[in-house]
Amino acid sequence: MAFLFFAYFAVVSIVAGILTVSLKNPVQCGLALLALLLHVSGLFVMLNAEFLWAVQVIVYAGAILVLYLFVLMLLNLKTDDRYFHAKTPYLLAPAAIGLAYLVFLLVRSPFSGSRGDASTAAILLNGDAHAVGIKMFSDYLLQFEIIGVFLTGAIVGAIVLAKTPKSVETRRDA
Amino acid sequence: MIPLSAYVVVSAILFTTGLLGVLIRRNFIIVLMSVEIMLNAATINLVAFSHYLESMQGQIVALFIIAIAAGEAAIGLAIIIVVFRGKISTNVDEMNLLKW
Repeated sequence: MAFLFFAYFAVVSIVAGILTVSLKNPVQCGLALLALLLHVSGLFVMLNAEFLWAVQVIVYAGAILVLYLFVLMLLNLKTDDRYFHAKTPYLLAPAAIGLAYLVFLLVRSPFSGSRGDASTAAILLNGDAHAVGIKMFSDYLLQFEIIGVFLTGAIVGAIVLAKTPKSVETRRDA
Repeated sequence: MIPLSAYVVVSAILFTTGLLGVLIRRNFIIVLMSVEIMLNAATINLVAFSHYLESMQGQIVALFIIAIAAGEAAIGLAIIIVVFRGKISTNVDEMNLLKW
């Protein structure tokens, strides 16, 4: 049963990813990206990361993707005739060969390492959000604050960049 | 039980798709979307290793990745708007100057 769900989420997210980079209309690309994000969030549920599932749906699918769609519709782009790089066919074969070799190596690799203290049973005791919160606000508090400053800087930067610039004359008068 | 390598392979395929998208697409907004695909592939990897190695660190870093992706999307789209205002195009082939 779990394997069926994994196969569904994996196959649909890969197909949606390929559609995102190959569809012609940018809005359709955005909708394919939405399908990809939602199915990747399904993979997070399979991995016992329910909090990340919620964050993925709310922040990625809810906020970031809506921002993309807003800008797409605001700019009202006409679909270009040349929407792929001129040398696309020459890139596809090396990418396929490189991916095949990478997958071959990954399947053969014996992944292992030292195990932490957050076993599945320990997480299920109080829920994933509790486990993430305890870790985030004890060991990773400094990084959390840095991310807060970073996001504030990003907001200010985006506003400053997108603001309509004053003409040179009015700037001299002021 | 699904093996860890299955998640890693899915992540590798998604990352390659995103990388190809960055290389072959000419629309700047689609290029940014491909970067999001690559970030998602990295997040799958982190969460999968976090689950199989029974550690919380992967999920914390995945949260940071989502925050950074939000900042990257905001700044990238603001840059697109500025470029579009000056040139009426989002084709990356036509953006070959730092200032005009």
